[in-house]
Amino acid sequence: MNGIPLPTYKPKDFATNQEVRWCPGCGDYAVLKAVQMTLANRPLRREEYVFVSGIGCAARFPYYVNTYGMHSIHGRAPAIATGVKLANPSLEVWIVSGDGDLLSIGGNHTIHILRRNVDVNILLLNNRIYGLTKGQYSPTSEPGKKTKSTPLGSPDYPVNPLSLAIGAGGTFIARGIDIDVKHLQELMHAAADHVGTAFIEVYQDCNIFNHQAWFYASQKQSRAETTILLKHGEPMVFGADRNKGLRMNGARLEAVSLDREFTENDLLIHDEKDRGLAFLLSQLTHPEFPEPMGIIYRDPSREPYDRLVKKQIEEEVQSQGAGDVRDLIHEGETWTVA
Amino acid sequence: MTTASQSPVDTSATRQRHSIIIRFCGDSGDGMQLAGAQFTNTAAYFGNDFSTFPDFPAEIRAPKGTTFGVSGFQVHFSSDDIHTPGDTTNAMVAMNPAGFKTNIADVEPGGVVIVNEDEFTPSNFKKCGYEAGYNPLDDDELNRRYKIFRVPMSRLTRESLAQTGMGSKLIDRCRNMFALGVVYWLYDRSPDETIAYFSEEFGVRRSKPDVADINIRALKAGYAFGETAEIFSVRYHVAPASLEPGTYRKISGNEAAALGFVAAAAKAKKQLTFAGYPITPASDILHYLARLKRYGVTTFQAEDEIAAVCAAIGAAYAGNLGLTSSSGPGVALKAEAIGLAVMLELPLVVIDVQRAGPSTGMPTKTEQADLLHAFFGRPSESPVIIVAPCSPSDCFNMAIEAFRLAVRCMCPVLYLSDGYIANGAEPWKLPDYDAIAPIVIDHPTETNNPEGVYKPYLRNEESLSRPWAIPGTPGLEHRLGGLEKEDVTGNVSYDPDNHDLMVRLRAEKVHRAVEIIPPLEVQGPERGDLLLLGWGGTYGAILTAGEQLRNAGQSVATAHLRYLNPFPGNLGEVLSRYKKVVVPEINQGQLSLLLRNRYLVDTIGINQTRGKMFRLDELVNRVNEVLQGDER
Repeated sequence: MNGIPLPTYKPKDFATNQEVRWCPGCGDYAVLKAVQMTLANRPLRREEYVFVSGIGCAARFPYYVNTYGMHSIHGRAPAIATGVKLANPSLEVWIVSGDGDLLSIGGNHTIHILRRNVDVNILLLNNRIYGLTKGQYSPTSEPGKKTKSTPLGSPDYPVNPLSLAIGAGGTFIARGIDIDVKHLQELMHAAADHVGTAFIEVYQDCNIFNHQAWFYASQKQSRAETTILLKHGEPMVFGADRNKGLRMNGARLEAVSLDREFTENDLLIHDEKDRGLAFLLSQLTHPEFPEPMGIIYRDPSREPYDRLVKKQIEEEVQSQGAGDVRDLIHEGETWTVA
Repeated sequence: MTTASQSPVDTSATRQRHSIIIRFCGDSGDGMQLAGAQFTNTAAYFGNDFSTFPDFPAEIRAPKGTTFGVSGFQVHFSSDDIHTPGDTTNAMVAMNPAGFKTNIADVEPGGVVIVNEDEFTPSNFKKCGYEAGYNPLDDDELNRRYKIFRVPMSRLTRESLAQTGMGSKLIDRCRNMFALGVVYWLYDRSPDETIAYFSEEFGVRRSKPDVADINIRALKAGYAFGETAEIFSVRYHVAPASLEPGTYRKISGNEAAALGFVAAAAKAKKQLTFAGYPITPASDILHYLARLKRYGVTTFQAEDEIAAVCAAIGAAYAGNLGLTSSSGPGVALKAEAIGLAVMLELPLVVIDVQRAGPSTGMPTKTEQADLLHAFFGRPSESPVIIVAPCSPSDCFNMAIEAFRLAVRCMCPVLYLSDGYIANGAEPWKLPDYDAIAPIVIDHPTETNNPEGVYKPYLRNEESLSRPWAIPGTPGLEHRLGGLEKEDVTGNVSYDPDNHDLMVRLRAEKVHRAVEIIPPLEVQGPERGDLLLLGWGGTYGAILTAGEQLRNAGQSVATAHLRYLNPFPGNLGEVLSRYKKVVVPEINQGQLSLLLRNRYLVDTIGINQTRGKMFRLDELVNRVNEVLQGDER
């Protein structure tokens, strides 16, 4: 940025002097660690990052990352981040917030930042519950969920974050889980490399109000069966013994065993550029299917909004010259009184 | 650029007038705004002072011929210095019965009424609710009261354009220009400016020379009709005004505001980031700024009002001048985010072009009823600076003031315009840009204390504002947030005494802005019987009422608040110099409430909420009543 060589960072260089105040055992710690480890290995300076959050447990994130940051108001992080990028597109902006913040009160802004493809990275920490307000059901809670605000069980259908992101026109859509910090780092690097809105849903455990919401996806014994790690160009194989896979059956995805009837050749090859496939994958839910992890969709071809805005301005200046306010004041029909 | 003609016209058939007020009215598709604007431009180039009032429905094309679809444009032009578009009109052009019906009561007795006779048909009478069998043009009383001129404009326009081969729909749309031609003749104005407008706008810019041609023909036909039809026995002439020497242009409040914010950014050597969401009557600011990209302006049409203000806050955090605009309903949605900016202590300007409410209210009608909302319309103790331009051209000045204050105090500034000045236009003597003081911004580039770690809330001892370090600056990484801040460090704090201190500091910081706010000026006697005190768009009406009252021998002064929080430092002292303080407002007494609280002054309100500006005679009459002891 200023000709001085990039410092060699360690993860602790991205820690602040603030005491981290999440509950012991909260999944957010792992995500924070993954972020700090990722940032230490990015080709950017500390001062070039802005972390923006909304409200909620996850939204405390910026206080713990030693970069520029703003803990804003409920649901509005995408709008504030858009303003930051409009003012200075060279900043690397990360949005970190929860499922209630980004999908309920801030759902509109999430849709529109994805649609515009503003060049930011979004970490949606999905714990399927309102934690900071002490345990009400969230827009990702499962139907029938009993909470303080739904004592008889929730009659509310949840939103599927990945399907929503695809529908909104997102250009980078991925999923990870808090217990796999290594994989999260891979996703974060890929998200940071992506030019445009990068959306990562992170399965995150709230061990106080919704403990083990992702139990099936986080346990060593079951993980290989209940999730499928997608890799671009590779067949969709899963299972502890790598003996299962996903194939197309008509217009639907089907989970099959690789034994007599099917071989790897029958399985789908993951194509992260296929938006239709991405939607089908986003719809796969436990227990009928393994839930996809990794980069589900990536389209690097669409120019992000902040660049297009900047380009328009540059083109105007290039074709007509930088404006002088004196001319603007005297613009149009004027007359002189002697 | 045109130079005002100074040649007086004085024939036996031409009468001299100081001022004329004309209202053009018709269906919202009749082109009344264009006709009115063209007349205004012509009066301006001639050298008159002027003031305009466009009055249109919220419906873009309401059912044809109905009273609620009537669009009007009033222009007041004068050889004197004037400040309002006027109340009672000297002349009216009515393109249809609905326009006639809704506007006739505002025409002075003996006033000129020119109607498009062809539209005065039984079916049109029915559409606007006249009784069956009644034709207002045949009403004896109306004919005694007004000089009604029946002109078959539809037929004459068609006849004059019959040879052009253009479609009848296009031809019919030229009736407004025929009417304007008649008016130009009657008020002794050349049609040349309007001809030049059509040649340029349609002939060249929009590449529709045939459209330019038929409009020009219709205009000339109307002018010739005035000259030859011999239905008008006299013409009226208004000499040029003796305006201050200088270069002028016509400006509306929204245009002036947009220009002012661009000028503010240039004076601050900053980029302007404007984020807005379409809303009447503020959208024109977005439209105007959207085409000024090469002047250092970024515009963002956000997904909603909240996103708009948040984007402006994000831009401010990143170091630009953040601006958002709306009207009352949208400003309500922005309230939480404005509170955030109060807490973050970032500069932000929020424009509220007030309209009649609550809720959707009357979107195209004016009101001044968001003052208390600006003061108190956020949870908790949330002080902001409030300014209010007083006229269309003052929107420019106060835009620069808004950012000067926002940047100095590191806090939000609410800018209260209103529909009346936003859409109204007046001559604007172009300011000397170079004489406008720069807005000085000093972003820190190194830490502000010996301990090393940058302290984002270590305040300037005089202004109490905090430093504005921006992302990208090495070593000053810091986190802001809506949680209460510890004094100096900006760390999250729940300490009771700290919160009490921070609440007081945020208020005191706003209060200290008084140091750079000019004192309140008074027109009229320095002490006296009565002070008329207003704010915002009522300036012209109050000033003119004050002049009339003084001319009638009353001891009445006027003053106008353009800075509302904090109030000018001398306000209390000014109030104490008059026996009575009368506060006219287009609301139910909001400024009065504040003045009574702050200064313990027994103000007398003149309050209306009719979606309209005060009528001069109403103001003058009420003040006279107060002077005579009627203080109800």
